[in-house]
Amino acid sequence: MLSAIAEGLRLVATLDLRLWEIVGLSLAVSLSAVIFATLLGLPLGAAIGVSRFPGRQVLIVTLNALMGLPPVVVGLVIYLLLSRAGPLGELGMLFTPAAMVVAQTVLILPIIAALCRQAVEDAWREYEEQLRSLGVEGMRAALTIVWDIRFSLLTAVLAGLGRASAEVGAVMIVGGNIDGVTRVMTTTIALETSKGDLPLALGLGMVLIAIVLALNAAAYLLKEAAQRRYG
Amino acid sequence: MILPLRMEAVSFAAGGRAIVGPLTLDIAAGPSTIILGANGAGKSVLMRLMHGLLDPTSGSVVWSEGDPGRVRRQQAMVFQHPIMLRRSALANVTYALKVAGVPAVERELRANEALREVGLLQVANRPARVLSGGEQQRLALARAWALHPEVLFLDEPTASLDPSATREIETVIKAFDAAGTKIIMATHNLGQARRLGDEVIYLHQGRVLERAPVDQFLSQPGSAEAAAFIKGELPWV
Repeated sequence: MLSAIAEGLRLVATLDLRLWEIVGLSLAVSLSAVIFATLLGLPLGAAIGVSRFPGRQVLIVTLNALMGLPPVVVGLVIYLLLSRAGPLGELGMLFTPAAMVVAQTVLILPIIAALCRQAVEDAWREYEEQLRSLGVEGMRAALTIVWDIRFSLLTAVLAGLGRASAEVGAVMIVGGNIDGVTRVMTTTIALETSKGDLPLALGLGMVLIAIVLALNAAAYLLKEAAQRRYG
Repeated sequence: MILPLRMEAVSFAAGGRAIVGPLTLDIAAGPSTIILGANGAGKSVLMRLMHGLLDPTSGSVVWSEGDPGRVRRQQAMVFQHPIMLRRSALANVTYALKVAGVPAVERELRANEALREVGLLQVANRPARVLSGGEQQRLALARAWALHPEVLFLDEPTASLDPSATREIETVIKAFDAAGTKIIMATHNLGQARRLGDEVIYLHQGRVLERAPVDQFLSQPGSAEAAAFIKGELPWV
């Protein structure tokens, strides 16, 4: 066990090429998914947060429930859509990194949208009268608030990133865990552990945790600095 | 000109409880109007009905101008607690100008002029939310000033400020009045009503009990309720 940890550390420290390729693909896939989910999720969440329409409560409950979407189920649905017999089969995307980005985007879109909706709605309660008095309504109000609480929304984006980089079910199903093509940190850890190659699994586990920690620390510091700067 | 404003048989209820009205009021350009009344008399709701932030449950609120966009742009409101965006004091004012459709080249000039008017030019580039309560309220007035509104609503603008900040706010309100802006202000500070107001609308349980010139109202209130209110408030003047 100890020797496995030591070997894992050695792989990380010696910049083992195979290990860093896997790390790189993981980051590329999850960061892409976060970018897409943020671009879609923030406006969506903000729009729901500042507007009133029939069925809004149902939509909010649904969105909140979707935050707990099981990755394997998302993987399965995207798999069926992208498989050769599926409606999007002609795209030939199955078992590519692009398919993994799609699956992770679907997985974390509800998380980012739901957390953004809550934050925007709380802010809207505070700003509504002032903004309406100035003649600001609708999408303009939503965007004004998103910009004003942008540092708080980092938390929503980070929650999405954490979910994307940690999940294994969705990328396993739609990516296929193909060595050198769609193999990412989590799928490698699952595979290597079942094969008994603990050093690589442990090394990747350490990198994964370190990345998540570093991102959260950076976001925390940024938010604190912004709080001091802007009040 | 969007004035005069006519409120016809206006009432407002929330949760089945009548809060304001029914009341009929005409508000004309000129004299500063002070809305007086105890807590819960409906002062804030009445101002929000005038300003269009609330829709009346029944009755109508009609300005002489028909175009709703122009009606909106000719009014501004300053609240008891100013709400500032997380950007500089100057940017808070230029934001309001941008929303009002003022061309980009004019915005900064007008914003700076407004900040100078309220004495905040030296903090123009400071984040608005780190300013003191009194400064934020003056910034709210600058934001309104830059818009050159025909009507300015003020909802107890000095209720949470100390005497010196209150004096500064009152100076700016007088400048609005001198510049020709119609002042409609809710307060329960009788001294402030006397210093800033020309006429008083006295609200009691959501109804207009009395409307009179401010001196006459304070010296010879026409109703027992108003007399009791004045007597009760006097120790704090």
